[in-house]
Amino acid sequence: MSRLLEVEALEVSFGAASAVRGASLALDRGETLCLVGESGCGKSVTALAVMGLLARNASRGAARLSFDGQDLRGLDERGMSRLRGNRMAMIFQEPMTSLNPAYTVGSQMAEVMLRHRGGTRAAAMARAEDLLGRVRITSPAMRLGQYPHQLSGGLRQRVMIAMALMCDPELLIADEPTTALDVTVQAQILRLLLDLQKDLGLAMLLITHDLGVVARVAHRVAVMYAGEVVETAAAADLFARPTHPYTRGLLACVPVPGKVARGAALGSIAGVVPRLGPGFSGCGFRDRCGEATAACGGTIARASAGEGHDYLCRLPPGWRAGAGAAP
Amino acid sequence: MSAAPIIDVRGVRRSFRVRQGLFAAPRHVAAIDGVSFSVGAGEVLGIVGESGCGKSTLARVILGLLPPTAGEVLVDGQRVADMDRRARARLIQPVFQDPFSSLNPRRRVRDVVSMPLDAQGDVPAAEARRRVDEMLARVGLDPSMGERYPAELSGGQRQRVAIARALVLRPRIVVCDEPTSALDVSVQAQILNLLAELRDALGLTYLFISHNLAVVEHVATEVAVMYLGRIVERRETSALFGAPAHPYTKALLASVLTPEPGLGIPDTGLGDAMPDPSNVPPGCSFHPRCPVATARCRVDIPATARVAGGQSDCHLL
Amino acid sequence: MKALRDIGLASGAAIVGAAVLVAVFAPLLVPHDPFAQDLSRRLLPPFWMEGAREGHLLGTDQLGRDYLSRLLYGARISMLIGIATTVASGLIGIALGVAGGFFGGRIDDAVLFAITARLSIPLILVALAVVSVVGSSLTVVVMTLGLLLWDRFAVVARVSTMQVRNLDFVAAAWAAGCSRSRIVLREILPNILSPLAVVATLEVALAILLEAALSFLGLGVPPPLPSWGLMIAEGKDYMFFSPWVIMIPGVALFVLVFGINLLGDGLRNLLRTGRVA
Repeated sequence: MSRLLEVEALEVSFGAASAVRGASLALDRGETLCLVGESGCGKSVTALAVMGLLARNASRGAARLSFDGQDLRGLDERGMSRLRGNRMAMIFQEPMTSLNPAYTVGSQMAEVMLRHRGGTRAAAMARAEDLLGRVRITSPAMRLGQYPHQLSGGLRQRVMIAMALMCDPELLIADEPTTALDVTVQAQILRLLLDLQKDLGLAMLLITHDLGVVARVAHRVAVMYAGEVVETAAAADLFARPTHPYTRGLLACVPVPGKVARGAALGSIAGVVPRLGPGFSGCGFRDRCGEATAACGGTIARASAGEGHDYLCRLPPGWRAGAGAAP
Repeated sequence: MSAAPIIDVRGVRRSFRVRQGLFAAPRHVAAIDGVSFSVGAGEVLGIVGESGCGKSTLARVILGLLPPTAGEVLVDGQRVADMDRRARARLIQPVFQDPFSSLNPRRRVRDVVSMPLDAQGDVPAAEARRRVDEMLARVGLDPSMGERYPAELSGGQRQRVAIARALVLRPRIVVCDEPTSALDVSVQAQILNLLAELRDALGLTYLFISHNLAVVEHVATEVAVMYLGRIVERRETSALFGAPAHPYTKALLASVLTPEPGLGIPDTGLGDAMPDPSNVPPGCSFHPRCPVATARCRVDIPATARVAGGQSDCHLL
Repeated sequence: MKALRDIGLASGAAIVGAAVLVAVFAPLLVPHDPFAQDLSRRLLPPFWMEGAREGHLLGTDQLGRDYLSRLLYGARISMLIGIATTVASGLIGIALGVAGGFFGGRIDDAVLFAITARLSIPLILVALAVVSVVGSSLTVVVMTLGLLLWDRFAVVARVSTMQVRNLDFVAAAWAAGCSRSRIVLREILPNILSPLAVVATLEVALAILLEAALSFLGLGVPPPLPSWGLMIAEGKDYMFFSPWVIMIPGVALFVLVFGINLLGDGLRNLLRTGRVA
């Protein structure tokens, strides 16, 4: 049986600038895959590429890009828009701007259903009210008539989630859904997403830069850097045995209460993210890596560090610092 | 606390008038509702809280950028409101959150860092240039960066420039308002390490405002938790993180998602009510969301109770 | 879309550039003295019509003055008035707008009131009143328009100042001990110049059109100065038999204003995409 979402060797570029240089990931029903990386790594572009929402000047190519067995590469805009909002839904980071301020919550939600499933407005509104209750919004009937500016950030994000669920999608892509929210609200929203996933059997692609969110929410993790997926593993495995030098560096940067002695320096990664101009080849991390050699400028083969755990580096799994010289 | 505190905040209140259209009377929103605390020299006081708690407003009042509606702020024993602007600049400086908007896009980096020196008016140009180069080097930037415009720098580099500008007058206190929240994790670590190193080298006192509890736990010696304009708990860092006293602090700490797999997402027990600074509940302002609120909490404002390593405002202590 | 905009900006710049050159070098470019009358050569048609005479490329007007020369000198007057007026109104409008945006409170209320009051004033009637008291001249036109056309500057300056005032680098300047004047001049002003530059180009166009209208009504530049508006006014009696007397300055006015508007639009698009703060 095919996996719900399969992406292999995805490449996206905007003119001469390359945003994604070869990303591969796969998602099953009921599973949460977290795509984690820092700014500019290409994670948001990857999600937009899957949804077919890239800007007009973007060029996209992939060895494989399929949703439930259907090849998305050849699908035209009409075909994609039949899938979007219907079987694949996306929610975004900024709750302030994700909802149209000129329409009520109810009419925006109903529009999604009317567009894909037809039926009467009353039926769509009833479903909207039902979903608002599901995302634990109090007084859902009243909320239908409210405008986005009357709701707080956390509430708006819940409305976004409810709107995404209107047509019972099989895949939910969430791009930094809690980054702009307060910490206590973030916890509530993430709990909600996990509960919904359990109840509805949703597959979730969660994009974030927050390793804490990844650890608590993900079944599987894909780490992106400079347009490539540099490591993929089950969540527990990634945190227990981080293999790619970037993943290790990243984990060392995060302050964990109790783990890093106060006053001691945090681990950090020297340098900055490289510019991916045309003709850039080899490992994108080599300028910042303590183990880089001349061989890192060429194509790097995908290596395995165990069952379901692979990474893009010459180093053997379990390497220690100073191992760079080894062939 | 034997020596006199370097920052002394006494009963500060700050409210804003919000117009409500043409016909309704304007509302008063109390961004800061009676805050008092002091900070000793060389300490790092972390101030944590969520949106609407007033921590950024408090930062600006302490910096002297906003006058308090009531109460006073003393820095090094002098009232900030009475200080000459140049003297105040020599004593306390800010580092802001957004590296993109905290530098004037029309000025070169060296002019940005040199601005406090120019404002003093009595620093000769050659001396100013020397101090700017020295400070750029100290924050880890090549002095040649001085010729560039902020748009040519990365977020982390801009934040270093902001730090250089804050330190060029050798102030005693630096107020950091979410200095790393807009930066990537790997860059955040670099900046936090830099701030720690500078504090040791220059004997600085920090007021470190952040919503990121893990970062605050790492950098602060003492922590104050703010909620709807009031400080609800003030403790030594290890005491607060080890045994939080106030129910809000407990919920806040429970919401912190550390990168430790398998622990799931805890239920903070806060319910769905949202804090609204323009509509502060009577009594203890936290009671609508508090999992252990009693009848008394709805009526009486809690007094400050002493707990190990500090104090907290809760009826249940 | 982008190509169109680039052509717009380029054409606008070319037209305005040409107008500026003509205005500056008019005395060197004119084939004849624009004020020299020759009643034996009245109403000669321009070169593309029958009966055209050598030496008068665009014909002559009703007093035998060479039309091309008058047109070129008219460009001078238009540009002079456009720029002088815009400088004057710009200074007034920007000062008011920045004051309102920066200080807020009652000062801002006063500035808003002034803007609203100014917008309620009918320009032509005021010009009429002024001219009937003081008499019409180039100076009067510049002063009247300069004192009346500052509203757009004020509105844009006010809003931009309010936006910039809240940015962190201004707060940092306060904290660094900068004086108020230093903050306005060195932190705020440089960052509001882009939108104001766009307003300025559009105001030049407006001033030119208004001057033409005033001159047409006899309230502007007095004869024999070759203002294009005045040329149209003087030519309206000959509209049916010698239409070029009106057409030529009319077309010139249209082309110049169109060019300025293209330039302003192009500038606005250019600055919008390149904006940082």
